[in-house]
Amino acid sequence: MTKVSMTVNGRQVSGDVEDRTLLVHFIRDRLGLTGTHVGCDTSQCGACVVHMDGKAIKSCSTLAVQAAGSSITTIEGLAKDGELHPVQAAFKANHGLQCGFCTPGMVMAAVDMINRHGGNLDEATVRENLEGNICRCTGYHNIVKAILAAAAEMSAGRQAAE
Amino acid sequence: MGVEGIGARVARKEDKRFLTGKGRYTDDMVVPGMKYAAFVRSPHAHARIRGIDSSAAEGMPGVIGVLNGKQMLDDGIGNLICGWMIHSKDGSPMKMGAWRPIAHDTVRYVGDAVAVVVADSVGEARDAAEAVVVDYEELPAVTDAVMALEPARPQLHPEAAGNLIYDWALGTGEAETDAAIAAAAHVTEMTIVNNRLAPNAMEPRAALGVYDAADDHYTCYTTSQNPHVARLVMSAFYNVAPENKLRVIAPDVGGGFGSKIFIYPEEIVCLWASKRTGVPVKWTSDRTEAFLTDAHGRDHHSTVKMAFDADNRITALKVDTIANFGAYMSLFSSAVPTYLYATLLSGQYDIPAIHANVRAVYTNTAPVDAYRGAGRPEATFLLERTMETAARELGISPAELRRKNFIRSFPHQTPVIMNYDAGDYEASLEAAMREADWAGFGARKAEAERRGKKRGIGMSCYIEACGIAPSAAVGSLGAGVGLWESAEVRVNAVGTIEVLTGSHSHGQGHETTFAQLVADRFGVPIDSVSIVHGDTDKVQMGMGTYGSRSGAVGMSAIVKALDKVEAKAKKIAAHLMEADEGDIVIENGEAKVAGTDKTVPWFQVALAAYTAHNLPAGMEPGLKEGAFYDPSNFTFPAGCYICEVEVDPETGKTGIVQFVAADDFGNIINPMIVEGQVHGGIAQGIGQALLEGVHYDPQTGQLLTASYMDYAMPRAHDLPSFKVSHQNTPCPNNPLGIKGCGEAGAIGSPPALINAITDAIGNNDLTMPATPQKVWAAVNAAQ
Repeated sequence: MTKVSMTVNGRQVSGDVEDRTLLVHFIRDRLGLTGTHVGCDTSQCGACVVHMDGKAIKSCSTLAVQAAGSSITTIEGLAKDGELHPVQAAFKANHGLQCGFCTPGMVMAAVDMINRHGGNLDEATVRENLEGNICRCTGYHNIVKAILAAAAEMSAGRQAAE
Repeated sequence: MGVEGIGARVARKEDKRFLTGKGRYTDDMVVPGMKYAAFVRSPHAHARIRGIDSSAAEGMPGVIGVLNGKQMLDDGIGNLICGWMIHSKDGSPMKMGAWRPIAHDTVRYVGDAVAVVVADSVGEARDAAEAVVVDYEELPAVTDAVMALEPARPQLHPEAAGNLIYDWALGTGEAETDAAIAAAAHVTEMTIVNNRLAPNAMEPRAALGVYDAADDHYTCYTTSQNPHVARLVMSAFYNVAPENKLRVIAPDVGGGFGSKIFIYPEEIVCLWASKRTGVPVKWTSDRTEAFLTDAHGRDHHSTVKMAFDADNRITALKVDTIANFGAYMSLFSSAVPTYLYATLLSGQYDIPAIHANVRAVYTNTAPVDAYRGAGRPEATFLLERTMETAARELGISPAELRRKNFIRSFPHQTPVIMNYDAGDYEASLEAAMREADWAGFGARKAEAERRGKKRGIGMSCYIEACGIAPSAAVGSLGAGVGLWESAEVRVNAVGTIEVLTGSHSHGQGHETTFAQLVADRFGVPIDSVSIVHGDTDKVQMGMGTYGSRSGAVGMSAIVKALDKVEAKAKKIAAHLMEADEGDIVIENGEAKVAGTDKTVPWFQVALAAYTAHNLPAGMEPGLKEGAFYDPSNFTFPAGCYICEVEVDPETGKTGIVQFVAADDFGNIINPMIVEGQVHGGIAQGIGQALLEGVHYDPQTGQLLTASYMDYAMPRAHDLPSFKVSHQNTPCPNNPLGIKGCGEAGAIGSPPALINAITDAIGNNDLTMPATPQKVWAAVNAAQ
């Protein structure tokens, strides 16, 4: 057992974990934040994507001890003051989700993608960047649409703020 | 239509919880004292169990118990069943071998459960499962259905000699069909393989069994598309508990595509193990377990003869299909290659003689059952590949050959049971060709040629049958259940409304579309309407969601209940306003006397029903009505899909340039949701045609595609955006005119894609999935 401490969604948390405990299981089973999902065990499907120190990672292939001292944001930490994040809002407006299982990972990956590319996203780039996230319901059509809409809105928001 | 009524593109009510991580799936459930199960699974495709030594495992940290199949047998837990009886041509019933939830004498596929460990943590349960020693006597295995029928092959079940489950036929007599083929001006013959697929809902299956000794009561949380069917089957056949002592809850379910219809060993084991060990037991599949044990789809091997007269009209169709059922008969397996397949072999065409023969076969592979489309994709792929091939052989355009043979008057009785009620196949064909700019294809092909690329275009005209019914008809064909649906509409005293439905939503958006029906009827906001489903303690009975039935059947039941609520509400409103019941209209959230300015708000009508201070003489208080709806016919969605591809002859890689879908779904409640269903279906169809395939090693029966690193799931960059449109003819057989939209995409798309690739490369000899390696080889073989 090793004691780990980290910040999750702005809250300081700690706990004793087995060395083999994966970050996703620490988040789900210890912290009760069940929005982060396990879909494949092989780092392929992306249902487990969270942000570690501001970057998207797959929590199913990260040990909890590797995350010690870091700042983690999960899907539960994305909306602020009850207002959906623009990416969440765009997924809803564009019907970018059906069963909802891949959705938290998709949204976290999309936020990271928009952070990296800003307003310079086009359909081909979005599709290439979704390589690590699998959805079985939507055929990606509306996910791509939602990410492009959110990127445009966030970029317009940034320009208005400048 | 109102802004939230029928036909409106309403954003989904359920989205917020999924987008904020507040969805509640089975693996998210935590109950006090909960422990974890891990299964010991057979590493052999076929073996006799000589003994199981669990002594080492029992002593390991955290282990509460190691249970086996013999104990399950001793406790009277029954065999898993197939619920649809098929009789062979000779009149004999299908040959069903015994399927134990945990094998105790023979294992028949890699992944067959042989023991289960219950422990304090998942890790401890898995560690101990690895320490269970099973002494196997390996037996020879067979994984291919055609081979399994050959003499001297390994035998799976003593009940099924030669591994043959049934040998069944449908349609026109064989001699008459053969005579029509012999007299034909042209016959197109093909061998068609429909590749085996893994459904791959993103949420792996899971189950949590909770036994309450005080009340001798069980609760099962499970990833099910039909919790009531699960309860019925677990009570009536597996003897887990009587229905009144078993509550089944299917909370948020992360996709199903058919794979979560069936009752699997694991949920039965979790319930039984909870009683045996005295603790709640949870099991969650990992992805490899899912590949090993979720029911697979498709896996047909067929030969087809299609006969034409001198005017290019189809005169006869003869189909011989071998269907791989895997090691055991899953819940609806027997119906898939029979009543969901052979009945659709007329397609959109007027074919006077159709003879279909189907043989169902055991092999040492995972059970095979319904997967999105279930039989209808196999029928469509066979027909539409044959039509395309015939057009090439006859030297006429594929559109012209289809037009020549379209059914144009309705109702139309096919030789294979179905009676098509409505449709306009020409309309979808024209819409798709226009959208795809079919006429401009030649120029695009020439342009691609200049870049060294091979461009091709292909079409597929599909028909499917949804809302499997009526119950009496399916009963006469062997179904073990009725295929109606139930609904209850409860108006609360303040006018808010709960709709209880036997349908189950696992991505289809029922919480929104079903609420739209109510909003449309009473003019109340959809936020005042809640949809209740997925819990056998809340909803009395229902048949669940599969076969695109929730709209045509589930919503029709809601309409019937709404009719009753409306009738009673009108009586109350008429009484309150001292008007004639026939003059009352309910809209925009109030009851009005037509032609006057007299109104009563909706909530006051509801309140009056519950205060019961001033009701019409003799009326019972309350405003709550239930209904069961049993359809009078199947529904027949249809459409035309066109795919244009560009193949790189150097690498064999296929790029999809455009994909056009023109569908007839009848009336549509929420176009946004319907389009989403089509997108997802097309992606699965493209997956089947280009990427996906379950592979077993033919010698050892080992599954070679057991993770996302080996099984090619469609990813975003494999697919284009889709062009989707509707040309709808309302269904005349249900109150909403709905046909169903959930499976069309997966049914119509694979042949369009393969027709396009074979058009591009000039070689018709290509099987699914059309991987770059296969396409490259086909390109080179053609040169």
